[in-house]
Amino acid sequence: MAQVYLPRPLAALIAGLPKQTEVEATTVQALIAALEQRWPGVTTCLCGTPDALRPHINIYVDGARATLATPVQAGSVVRVLTAVSGG
Amino acid sequence: MATRPLVLLGTKKGAFILEGDAGRKNWQLRGPFCEAWPIYHMMFDDASQTIYAGGGNPWFGPGVWRSDDLGATWSHSGAGLTYGEGGPPIGTIWHITAAHGTLYAGADPAGLFRSHDQGQTWEHMQGLRDHPSRPNWQAGYGGLCLHSIVAHPTDPARLWVAISAVGTFYSADAGATWTPRNQGVRAEFAPERYPEFGQCVHKLLLAADGEQLYQQNHCGVYRSADGGAHWDEITEGLPSDFGFPLALHPRDPQTLYVVPLNGAEQGRVVPDGRMAVWRSKDRGASWTVLTEGLPGEHAYLGVLREGMAVDTLDPAGIYVGTSTGQVFGSSNEGASWQQLCTNLPPIWSVETALVEA
Repeated sequence: MAQVYLPRPLAALIAGLPKQTEVEATTVQALIAALEQRWPGVTTCLCGTPDALRPHINIYVDGARATLATPVQAGSVVRVLTAVSGG
Repeated sequence: MATRPLVLLGTKKGAFILEGDAGRKNWQLRGPFCEAWPIYHMMFDDASQTIYAGGGNPWFGPGVWRSDDLGATWSHSGAGLTYGEGGPPIGTIWHITAAHGTLYAGADPAGLFRSHDQGQTWEHMQGLRDHPSRPNWQAGYGGLCLHSIVAHPTDPARLWVAISAVGTFYSADAGATWTPRNQGVRAEFAPERYPEFGQCVHKLLLAADGEQLYQQNHCGVYRSADGGAHWDEITEGLPSDFGFPLALHPRDPQTLYVVPLNGAEQGRVVPDGRMAVWRSKDRGASWTVLTEGLPGEHAYLGVLREGMAVDTLDPAGIYVGTSTGQVFGSSNEGASWQQLCTNLPPIWSVETALVEA
């Protein structure tokens, strides 16, 4: 299981979505799909198209910047962060 | 049934609701709603008694917010608001229209979506983006936004949309196929003055009779009596051919309101620092300036494309929201005005609702 930390503004959008959870997945894309199964709406918030993260969504796996294809291991720490943005 | 008016305000930092009393004298503000998302358009669907607010968040992209209890609680969905793999990501929803049991949403970059479940899920109406002109659509300063969706009141097959810096398009088959409808509309910023498309329409509306179309354009104000096949310019008598918002009388198809600004390249504020709404009661043949109660000096105000709306009371109320956070209202069809509130974030849209008192 990977430890997943989600940003508060995302949790505020999707009913029941916690700020921290555990997910079993082998890639970031599979991890998002697993979240979507439990909390519909996560994918459209994090991915602008099915093949890419939104420009101001940053995901780190074990401290390294990730893409959808980045592998996730059992015990990985995955942090979903909102980039500095807005005005 | 006794009713009271609501003025729905989409702003750069959330949605707000102004609640008026039955006499439209006293107003109370509620908000901000929608997690302070930038809200480009907020509207009320009379049939379902639902408020919708469309916008886009810099992190999570486009979404449509919905309230079934006049703003007490809200839900959000962006499901289906995508052009699919390889397509451009959608930044925001610009406009929402409800008609004939369907909810429509216009997006930036320009495209049209519909929902049959009150905004819980959305379906891309591919026909518009399949139009052969689409590779040549060029974004203007306002982006490549689909900001006007006009449904015919009795024929669900007839739809018009307007896209900034692209122009007006018409569908006679419920959005399956589209044709440009820009003949007679100037494009002074383009190499060709009257191109087939590329006109910068700022707001498109259909009058209460279901026949007269009007548009405020980057280059003038226009009317069409044939569904947009031909346009006649009606700018003469106004202080400028540039402005963003447009509002139509709820019953009289000959009466329209605009807020001319001083020019596309002159700062885009009301001329001479005097706030004014202009009204025509004869389809644009002549214009009257309406200023009583509006700021008369050093008022360098701007009003954006969704920034003016009418209510359906008699006499009709008119409401104007500025890009610096003031709301002005008239309960007598523009004869006199009062400031309803101030100090809001930049106001991007104004719509009205009548609800049970």
